[in-house]
Amino acid sequence: MALDATTALAGGPMTPAGGGTLRRLARRRSTIAFLMTLPLIAVIAGLVAYPAGYAIYLATLNRRMTGFIGLGNFEILLESETFRMVIWQSCFFAVTAVILKALFGFWLASMLHHIPTKGQRIWRGMLLLPWVVPPALSTLGWWWMFDPSYSSINWVLTAIGGPAIPWLGEPWWARVSVILVNVWAGTPFFMIMYLAALKSVPDQLYEAAAIDGATGWQGLRYVTLPMMRNIISITVLFSLIVTFANYDIVRVLTNGGPRDLTHVFASYAFQVGILSGNIPRGAAVSLFMFPILAGIAFFVLRGVTQRNKEMA
Amino acid sequence: MAQVNIKKVVKEYEGGVQAVKGIDLDIGDKEFVVLVGPSGCGKSTTLRMIAGLEEITSGAIEIDGNIVNDVPPRDRDIAMVFQNYALYPHMSVYDNMAFGLMLRKFPREEIRRRVENAARILDIGPLLERKPKALSGGQRQRVAMGRAIVRDPKVFLFDEPLSNLDAKLRVQMRTEIKKVHQTVKTTTVYVTHDQVEAMTLADRVVVMNHGIIEQVGPPQVLYHSPATKFVAGFIGSPAMNFIPARLEQASGALNVRLSDGALLPVPADRTARYAGHAGREVLFGIRPEHLTAASQMEARPGLAPLSLTPEVVEPLGAETLFYCWRDGGEICAKIDPGVAAAPGVPLAMTADMNRMHIIDPATDKVL
Ligand SMILES: Nc1ncnc2c1ncn2[C@@H]1O[C@H](COP(=O)(O)OP(=O)(O)OP(=O)(O)O)[C@@H](O)[C@H]1O
Ligand SMILES: [Mg+2]
Repeated sequence: MALDATTALAGGPMTPAGGGTLRRLARRRSTIAFLMTLPLIAVIAGLVAYPAGYAIYLATLNRRMTGFIGLGNFEILLESETFRMVIWQSCFFAVTAVILKALFGFWLASMLHHIPTKGQRIWRGMLLLPWVVPPALSTLGWWWMFDPSYSSINWVLTAIGGPAIPWLGEPWWARVSVILVNVWAGTPFFMIMYLAALKSVPDQLYEAAAIDGATGWQGLRYVTLPMMRNIISITVLFSLIVTFANYDIVRVLTNGGPRDLTHVFASYAFQVGILSGNIPRGAAVSLFMFPILAGIAFFVLRGVTQRNKEMA
Repeated sequence: MAQVNIKKVVKEYEGGVQAVKGIDLDIGDKEFVVLVGPSGCGKSTTLRMIAGLEEITSGAIEIDGNIVNDVPPRDRDIAMVFQNYALYPHMSVYDNMAFGLMLRKFPREEIRRRVENAARILDIGPLLERKPKALSGGQRQRVAMGRAIVRDPKVFLFDEPLSNLDAKLRVQMRTEIKKVHQTVKTTTVYVTHDQVEAMTLADRVVVMNHGIIEQVGPPQVLYHSPATKFVAGFIGSPAMNFIPARLEQASGALNVRLSDGALLPVPADRTARYAGHAGREVLFGIRPEHLTAASQMEARPGLAPLSLTPEVVEPLGAETLFYCWRDGGEICAKIDPGVAAAPGVPLAMTADMNRMHIIDPATDKVL
């Protein structure tokens, strides 16, 4: 306010009334701030809002994209047995994979955390590899290892007297394989996030807990996990979104087969939208999880903000 | 209620740093013992070994007569207050205090009773539902103490609990800690590098330096009869003056001869004590409060006249300090504020020779 008044006074005598207000508007901080963020707003609008809006618009069209049918595509999809299977399949895939990634990630992170700093870097680097390698490439490697006739995994299994497993040929094993590869590729992300979170818990809290009478497990339950809650929930949320959108692993390993039994939203959307040429329905498939994930994200992030306010 | 015995305890950190070099200390039941010493002297290490947070390289620590070297902290029945409080940020004040009791499976009502009792002692009743973030430094300090009190442990351990507080709050909390100890009477080991804190709180003060114990004793004993030059210089504020001097014997009497020729007679009751060192170079130690203006002292035996020329004068209100330099050393004196002292003007002073100390520079022992 005071600033406004002084600038107005300074500019007042020299400019006519109309120019004065315009200049004042231009000088106001919020105006300047808005102008300066305009490029970013434009980028977000162009790269995020427009495609998202367009996808929603597409999903409401008929197959030929000539008429508006509202939620018709969704109605048709929900009636289709295959799509109901895809929903179930995607949820099973995402939830199992995220839980496993979180558990393994935490396990690896706490092991790394207890390695002295000198040796830690090498291990951290090696364990990050699966996450860094382009997934299409590494999945191809797994595909070879799962290959029915040349599977190296089966070779090892039979060498130690186990049965050969139809990794990609039988629906349940195919699901396991997809989850396995996703967990393999995604665990390092959890590991690195959890490692950072573990490092941020002050040692003194563990010392205080030890003196208060906590065993190692109780320290984990009452100190470590609550202190990591924000990172855990953000990581899980993020991974859940990414895993629900996963495409390349299913595409490379099973391509939805056998008998469309391993499709997830993304691979099914591609099949319906691009391969079968029904773009509106493909858009509807890929949008299906959006409201649910958005709702989850809203509650998780609200919890995070609230805890941040209380604790940090 | 318990006693703690420390026997020939050594702590060597990885890399060969000997933080504690074989200390012996017996702490009695209900006693308030303060470990004091300069930074890096091994106070925290000692305390953390009592807590079980740090392994002992050799020696033994006993709590209530049982060797606890290999007992984990949770089974030692001790409570500790950390310098930066180490409150659990995700728990309310109530839960912070209740946590230890909950882990020990106390019944709900008993926990509530104890927490509320501690909250009353520490005057933090209205804060119980808050998270630590919403507390001031002093309030956090109280919660940290509350967490220790509710446990009713055998031993309280404090590691510089007041050093994060501002000066005024520090004095207030100091009184508070003393009051709490008088109420609960738990055996307490308290670490600080502030000698005023040590003097005001302790039943016995342990002065440490470079990983060894220099002297153990009640505050008054440390003040009046320090055993070493280090203790003499560490206890008391402003610190004791050390002036290079020579002990001279003349016709049965002993004198302290300062380098500028001034001669200070040693009181008769001390001559026997120092006789063996006659003719040697020594350090003459005298506290600023025992160097006073001649005009403010009534004549009595043992006062030796001395002329000093103030160079810096610091009026503090209740008293005035002045500093002068001689032989490269600084001398501080504490005089009555009524005495006119001005820089560059020689002042007639008296040294209270009944309170002096003679230090053997070869061993740094007080003779
Ligand atoms: N984890 C450690 N590894 C190696 N050396 C250590 C370790 N902790 C402390 N030291 C060393 O041990 C010595 C004593 O440390 P300690 O923390 O006991 O000092 P202190 O008396 O508490 O000092 P302060 O008043 O600064 O807290 C120091 O020289 C310190 O550098
Ligand atoms: Mg310390």
